[in-house]
Amino acid sequence: MSSTTEPTNPDDPERHLPPHHNPLPELTGEHGSQINQADFERVHTSPEFAELRTNFRSFAFPMTLAFLVWYFLYVQLSTYAQGFMSIPLFGYLNVGLVMGLGQFVTTFGITWLYVRHANRTLDPLAAQLRDELEGDSHAANG
Amino acid sequence: MQQMGNPYLNIAIFGVFVLITLFIVVRVATRGDKSAAAFYAGGRSFDGRQNGMAIAGDYLSAASFLGIAGAVAIYGYDGLLYSIGFLVAWLVALLLVAEPLRNTGKYTMADVLSFRMRQRPVRTAAATSTLAVSFFYLLAQMAGAGGLVALLLGLTDKTQQAIVIALVGVLMIVYVLVGGMKGTTWVQIIKAVLLIIGAGVMTIMVLAHYGFNLSSLLGAAVQASPDGVKVVQPMLQYGKDPLSFVSLSIALIFGAAGLPHVLMRFYTVPTAKEARRSVSWAIGLIGAFYLFTLILGYGAAVYVGKDAILAAPGGVNAAAPALAFKLGGEVLLGLIAGVAFATILAVVAGLTITASASFAHDIYNSVLKDGKASPEKEVRVARITVVVIGIVSIIGGIAANGQNIAFLVSLAFAIAASANLPSILYSLYWKRFNTRGSVWSIYGGLVSAVVLITFSPVVSGLKTSMFPAVNFAWFPLTNPALISVPLGFFLGWLGTVTSKEFNAAKQAEMEVRSMTGAGAEKAVAH
Repeated sequence: MSSTTEPTNPDDPERHLPPHHNPLPELTGEHGSQINQADFERVHTSPEFAELRTNFRSFAFPMTLAFLVWYFLYVQLSTYAQGFMSIPLFGYLNVGLVMGLGQFVTTFGITWLYVRHANRTLDPLAAQLRDELEGDSHAANG
Repeated sequence: MQQMGNPYLNIAIFGVFVLITLFIVVRVATRGDKSAAAFYAGGRSFDGRQNGMAIAGDYLSAASFLGIAGAVAIYGYDGLLYSIGFLVAWLVALLLVAEPLRNTGKYTMADVLSFRMRQRPVRTAAATSTLAVSFFYLLAQMAGAGGLVALLLGLTDKTQQAIVIALVGVLMIVYVLVGGMKGTTWVQIIKAVLLIIGAGVMTIMVLAHYGFNLSSLLGAAVQASPDGVKVVQPMLQYGKDPLSFVSLSIALIFGAAGLPHVLMRFYTVPTAKEARRSVSWAIGLIGAFYLFTLILGYGAAVYVGKDAILAAPGGVNAAAPALAFKLGGEVLLGLIAGVAFATILAVVAGLTITASASFAHDIYNSVLKDGKASPEKEVRVARITVVVIGIVSIIGGIAANGQNIAFLVSLAFAIAASANLPSILYSLYWKRFNTRGSVWSIYGGLVSAVVLITFSPVVSGLKTSMFPAVNFAWFPLTNPALISVPLGFFLGWLGTVTSKEFNAAKQAEMEVRSMTGAGAEKAVAH
């Protein structure tokens, strides 16, 4: 276990556990545990971090709302609008079954969209901030 | 219909699976590496594809393989409705939970929840709910093993079933003790591959009979079913109690991303990007599998028939094995039976390592030893805990043998959705959230879910209840999530706003870590 420079908070000693309780120091070698609190707070207020957070939230939050509405609409129609859901569309495939299979399609589609968004937009921003926090040697390795 | 196929062949195939997995577990066991990261997180050496397969292996329990195929065979549409909740739930994990969780925690859910809170109360609460969810899920799997044995090996005697449950428990202890998270993960990967290939082959065999025309298969199911066209329409199963189904759907969609054994799998990969890949692989595999079960269920309705399935020793759970027997005789049945056993072993191993990590890391070290125990000592405690949990689940599984498996699983999902998910989401996305909010949300969700279930018709009052002879049910729904999930969110808010505590520095650190992965990514080896 490498040593750590985690700052202590005199108000509440209980918050501060020994180094091996911080996230993942055993893998980050000399980098991770060297990040000090002031750096986190500086990055937290930086415009780059605000951009990353906005990019993430403006995708994830509306998308979450959308799939929850679509899923509960499907559940509600299945439970309370059986007549509508039983209207045949293609042979024995009725509205409900088509909507149900549609849930699979939208789930796969949202997954694809999010992975693309994260790879293109979020990862470069996150990597830049991470390298800044961890120092250049890490960037050279990665 | 008595037991199907050739029990000796089934036992032989199962034995081969056990030998192969034991061999692999011994091979991958990281000898000499006694570190906590090796035991709990497999040294974070898995990539996203492997972890995605392991997640599918962990998630597609016997209840979802046998249970959903059976539900489609008997109730048609409603079985599909049930499986969709299990799938769509993964979007919560993908969009909101997997990556930040990977970046802010180390081994357990409590690592994340307690990051910016007072350690002791939050870790105790999070570990309590982790153990509760794991316990009910373990009971379900162990009880399922008994039913499966009845069906596949012709062991209808309760004592013989108890012996098999004990054997499953002992095997699980061996897998986890010898292989740690690495061994457990490989068991889950092997099982997921076998399960998906097995289900895929059967699906193609069924569809080939109908020229790969889904409507023709549905038509045949409508012809074969005593319920006629109702098998392709909603509410054959839930029609009498639609509100219970709405409640169940809430438990399903908010439960998956709160299941501790699923969350712990995100710590086995080196980066948040791999955690994301894990979930996208898991969604692909789980989605494909549920599409297969839809075909298998309707196939069983045609080839086996509703009455024959219900008359089989395993009841609804017999649909998929009975279909395998019709399609491919003793050999295919033996293979599917082996896969179903493998399923139980893989899931119980994952649950056991999660529960033992939570006890050793959160309760023993962080709460009792004030974080001063060495990682080596902590892992030793985790190993002892594995044995204890193994013994408890053997006893519990024997006691719960014959109980409704789907009910136990839905209870585990309801607790995960009510007690864990509100706190996870608030911790990650609500700046102001604090210790009191977290503790109230976890205990409030946990207690309300358990109390409502206790006083619901699944425990007493009906012929199908756990205690049919008495009636103390006053809660009308068979699933508590409709009440307990909003209550978990509400108590999290109420606890937070009534407490002034707020640690701005830790909040800033957690948010930066969660979004960037700083300090949490494994440096790429040269």
